[in-house]
Amino acid sequence: MTSTIEAPRSPYSRAPRSRGVNWEKWGWIYMRVSGVVLVVLIFGHLFVNLMVGEGVSALNFAFVAGKLTTPFWMVWDVLMLWLALIHGGNGMRTLVNDYATQRLTRGILKSAILAAVVILIVLGTLVVFTFDPCPAGSPADLLPSFCPAS
Amino acid sequence: MPEQAATLTSQQKTTSRRPAGTLYRGREGMWSWVLHRITGVAIFFFLLVHILDTALVRVSPEAYNAVISSYQTPIMGLGETALVGAIVFHAFNGLRIILIDFWNAKYQKAMFYVVIALWVVTMLAFVPRHLINVFSH
Ligand code: HEM
Ligand code: HEM
Repeated sequence: MTSTIEAPRSPYSRAPRSRGVNWEKWGWIYMRVSGVVLVVLIFGHLFVNLMVGEGVSALNFAFVAGKLTTPFWMVWDVLMLWLALIHGGNGMRTLVNDYATQRLTRGILKSAILAAVVILIVLGTLVVFTFDPCPAGSPADLLPSFCPAS
Repeated sequence: MPEQAATLTSQQKTTSRRPAGTLYRGREGMWSWVLHRITGVAIFFFLLVHILDTALVRVSPEAYNAVISSYQTPIMGLGETALVGAIVFHAFNGLRIILIDFWNAKYQKAMFYVVIALWVVTMLAFVPRHLINVFSH
């Protein structure tokens, strides 16, 4: 290997922005702050859904209905949704910046990431807050036990 | 430059083999970075699908149960094991990155082995229980 690699901590080739908000810095901080919170949220999510009781085998509509009618889990899920998607989306942006060499490709890929993140945040938030645990006309044995018999 | 290397002291040899001042080239620092990247991307794509499958609770109980029952098959059970393995590594190594940034980069190598040890312990607690849940139903 004879190729030389630039010294790792050599100054940034483009001058950093001198005015306005340093978004890269806030992104960097966000990755770390959200990461710490996500450890708790995701480990809790996995513990309750995979380890408690019969784990994954116990998951079904009635199980989700029990959680999504509990304010505690609604807040938990929405926080996890927003923090994880923005963290993951920003992480994917880093990868695009690292590997996509063409300006146009970078633009397309980053727009796709942004679109996916925004659409899924809206969808996931709506799912949690508009959830109906007892949809009319559904077979009673699929519904949680607290639904009025119909 | 092998002929020059012979005249170096042992300390110079180690420093000449690894560029100074980076955690990201070679050995533990690099491999932890590679794994952190791969696991991060894998989790991201899982999350995209996962939010869509969860959204089926707004379609109908039947639709949701049909999809979630595919999560309960042996093959998916193994996939979930891999996913949890990826998450647990990314989470512990993420905390390691944060400690490197805000506490002390000197211990990055030792902390990498702590991450591996914590990963093994967590997976020992998780995998048997999860596989029993998957394969006994
Ligand atoms: C195999 C492992 C997993 C299983 C079986 C699972 C199962 C579930 C279930 C049953 C729900 C419905 C609501 C609830 O239980 O709170 C849900 C929601 C959710 N899960 Fe998971 N999950 C898994 C892994 C993950 C991971 C790794 C993440 C984060 C990266 C995650 C993020 C979410 C989010 C954000 C929601 C809320 C979705 C929404 O708002 O519509 N899950 N998951
Ligand atoms: C479990 C808690 C988590 C912690 C503690 C954590 C921590 C971190 C940290 C500290 C970084 C480094 C950022 C940097 O180098 O500036 C990072 C990068 C990243 N994370 Fe996470 N993260 C977590 C969960 C997630 C989740 C749920 C996803 C996916 C939805 C994800 C996807 C990524 C991606 C794609 C990157 C970019 C990797 C790279 O630049 O090489 N992470 N994470």
